[in-house]
Amino acid sequence: MKVGIPKEVVSGEFRVGATPKTVKRLRKQGFEVLVQDSAGQNARFSNEEYVNSGASIVENAEILYSDSDIILKVQAVRPEEIDLMHSGQVSLSYLNPAQNLELLQLLADKGVNAVAMDTIPRISRAQKMDVLSSMANIAGYRSVIEAANHFGRFLNGQITAAGKVDPAKVLVIGAGVAGLAAIGTAKSLGAIVRAFDTRKEVEEQILSMGAQFLEVEIDEDGATDSGYSKVMSQAFIDAEMALFKEQAREVDIIITTAQIPGREAPKLVLEDHVAVMKPGSIIVDLAASSGGNCVLTRNNEIYTTENGVTIIGKLDQLPSQASQLYGNNLCHLLDDMGKAEGFNINMDDDVVKRAMVTYNGKVNWPPEPLPVRSTPKVKPIETIDLKEKEISDNKKKSRSTAISLVFIAALLYLLGMVAPSDFMGHFTVFVLSVFVGWQVIWNVSHSLHTPLMAVTNAISGIIIIGGLLQTSSSLSDPLTILAFIAILVASINIVGGFLVTHRMLKMFRK
Amino acid sequence: MISSQIQLASYLFASILFILSLGGLSSQESAKRGVLYGIIGMVIAIASTVLGDNVEGHVYIIVAIAIASVIGMTVARKVEMTSMPQLVAILHSFVGLAAVLVGFGSYLDPHTQTLTGVDHNIHYVEVYIGIFIGAITFTGSIVAWGKLQGTITSKALLYPGRHIVNLVLLLICIVLAVLFTQSDGTSGILYLYIMTAISLFIGVMLVMAIGGADMPVVVSMLNSYSGWAAAAAGFMLGNDLLIVTGALVGSSGAILSIIMCEAMNRSFWSVIFGGFGTTVSSSSEEISGSVNSMDHEEVSEMLQNAESVVIVPGYGMAVAKAQYPVFEMLEVLRKAGKNVRFGIHPVAGRLPGHMNVLLAEANVPYDIVLEMDEINDDLPETDVVLVIGANDIVNPGAQEDASSPIYGMPVLEVWKSAQVVVMKRSMATGYAGVQNPLFYKENTFMLYGDAKDSVDKINQFIKK
Repeated sequence: MKVGIPKEVVSGEFRVGATPKTVKRLRKQGFEVLVQDSAGQNARFSNEEYVNSGASIVENAEILYSDSDIILKVQAVRPEEIDLMHSGQVSLSYLNPAQNLELLQLLADKGVNAVAMDTIPRISRAQKMDVLSSMANIAGYRSVIEAANHFGRFLNGQITAAGKVDPAKVLVIGAGVAGLAAIGTAKSLGAIVRAFDTRKEVEEQILSMGAQFLEVEIDEDGATDSGYSKVMSQAFIDAEMALFKEQAREVDIIITTAQIPGREAPKLVLEDHVAVMKPGSIIVDLAASSGGNCVLTRNNEIYTTENGVTIIGKLDQLPSQASQLYGNNLCHLLDDMGKAEGFNINMDDDVVKRAMVTYNGKVNWPPEPLPVRSTPKVKPIETIDLKEKEISDNKKKSRSTAISLVFIAALLYLLGMVAPSDFMGHFTVFVLSVFVGWQVIWNVSHSLHTPLMAVTNAISGIIIIGGLLQTSSSLSDPLTILAFIAILVASINIVGGFLVTHRMLKMFRK
Repeated sequence: MISSQIQLASYLFASILFILSLGGLSSQESAKRGVLYGIIGMVIAIASTVLGDNVEGHVYIIVAIAIASVIGMTVARKVEMTSMPQLVAILHSFVGLAAVLVGFGSYLDPHTQTLTGVDHNIHYVEVYIGIFIGAITFTGSIVAWGKLQGTITSKALLYPGRHIVNLVLLLICIVLAVLFTQSDGTSGILYLYIMTAISLFIGVMLVMAIGGADMPVVVSMLNSYSGWAAAAAGFMLGNDLLIVTGALVGSSGAILSIIMCEAMNRSFWSVIFGGFGTTVSSSSEEISGSVNSMDHEEVSEMLQNAESVVIVPGYGMAVAKAQYPVFEMLEVLRKAGKNVRFGIHPVAGRLPGHMNVLLAEANVPYDIVLEMDEINDDLPETDVVLVIGANDIVNPGAQEDASSPIYGMPVLEVWKSAQVVVMKRSMATGYAGVQNPLFYKENTFMLYGDAKDSVDKINQFIKK
């Protein structure tokens, strides 16, 4: 099986479908890997590195497409690339099928089995192949770096000899993967971070990243089964806008990440919000490509408004890093599809049947919806008055102790009635020794339990005394023979037990 | 020759030394001193007995001790630390055998046959009980030894109605006991023979009913029995030193059994009556999801990128003798400034504290070998956990799945760390036969193969 890595043709796309590291993984999965000349150049991977990882370099796209069985790409294929493809070929790339129905038809007509990496369903099994998450993670990180770059101050608070510096305040809107990554990055740079999301369930995640969770007073949950949030009611949106306005006055950096798949991005930062922001403030709009969360965002542009707010609609992709993660996602999918040897397209598979948007000459879009996620309802915890329980437990305990003490006393009394005083003396010693042993052994360190067993082995060899007392001077006496054997085995215990304990303890060192 | 008062005084001193000896094991520093106390105590006890008025046949005594010393020394020198459980088990059987022999000796001893009335009855009961416990310990330990050694199948041997059979045998023993105490002189020896045979049989069946990984409990239980056998011998000889020592050892074994039972969340009685691990066959539901695997190079990379590493060893490490390469790995990682520690579950291995001894043998410093309770709180902040040959003790089902047979057993919460690598020979279930949801977690990666090989290979990569 041959996997082909073409050079991306869309301008501004610096990523590549495989890196030298993922080539190594592909080789391990049993694939032969073809890489188009200088495919990794923009992501800073040289041909040489690919060759060292086991790939062979192919001169141009024509040869690559005709020789490969599977194509790993980042951007959706262009019609001119489809011309180079052949029937039965499998391609893995972004496709954005909802907006690209014509392209799907072209692919289907050509007989290409195309996987749209951006439609991998968000189920836990497919997380390792979820390119939207892995790319969002990078975008979230980069958004903060970009903001910090344009922001004229420190992000963290400092007290210096020259005076005090206040920490920057960052508002993150939308706490998906990108939002959480942005929160984490901003937090680690020392900023005060607040975050807003319409889905209540993310509150915990936001708090765990160290940000403050902002809420509106209307009770409405935006969570859906797809994992994305839904469009909210008007009353909610009004309250949300009021909240943003209040925040816009205060914060220095706003990062918006709200996107709903297949739709224009919701408008969350309005003109009047930008108007009240302080000069020098930054807005980073991660939804710029789908229309922007801020009404003033210009896609692929960074500019400063009249009141001095810089709006960033263009982000560096971190192509090396992004290619690495994207390539890993692809590897995981190929792994799931049976690697080189057992490669097959299983249209019953939950992931494959939704991501394989063209198959055997037919367009397979839109996919069947995901089965409804059954969220386990949390049972209300029965509240028991702990203190009362404790008291009743205590009572029970003291009652049972009293009963057993009475029982023991009665038993001892009965024993005392029949047993001779000699026996009672020994019995006293016995019971007291059990108590002493009980106290002493609980103090033994867990790590020394094996030596403890060996040393008790040795000292239980004390039974030798029984043998010693029973030996007589005549060997013909059966008693002496019994005693002789008893002494023999008991001494093995004593000598062996002590020696092996000593040997073990010698090994313990700090 | 020394008087009996001096003899008693020496016995008292020996008892004190034995108590100090066990007390010394509370920490590694004082433990070596503890062994010395034990040895001195033993020498005093034996010397004062041999020098007493009523001991004859010194030649035989010396010969027996000499032979035993040679055997004992050779065994103690040669034994491998991985076979410690076997050694401990076989030494238990010796105590049991000695108790049986001393019991018969005491019964046949002409001095005791002059006893009458209550004294006679009590002495006979003491002899009877001593032999009973001794015989069970003797055969039980031999079977335990065989199971640990692998000569007897480690599977639990269960047959229907075994509880009833055991109960009937026990009742027969009680009836025999009544007949035995009513007999005079040595005329009751037949009852004693029958009872010995029965108790030898009970000992075999008791341990046969217990399976492989429950051995820590069995061995500590037999440890306890051997103590009680010694104490019983003390009663029949009227010797307080034997009683004290027996009681110490007996309660020590009992405590170890309790600790092991708690660590497995089982009741003490279910262990003693065997049939332990029978409920397990009701398999829990199938776990769906995918398993991630890794190769040695990726694991070594992960280790190099980690700041804190916790290694959780299990019986698989002992079987593969992987403790030495593990120590090498530890050295390399510690030199690189990483915080590497070990997390030990109380029932890891086949003997309480077995893992600690194995790691100590491989030179791992004991202050980085932590108990389950000490390490569990740190696991969420740990970058990588390496699970080497352990399964049930890291099973999240014990906390999450109420239907799991091991539900409620305290476990090492390794899944809370950032990444977990599980070294395992295959996807087979652990001793308990329970599926382990840990393997299906997203942050868990399987590394298949023999533990020693795997660690060796990882070492090659991280040494580069």
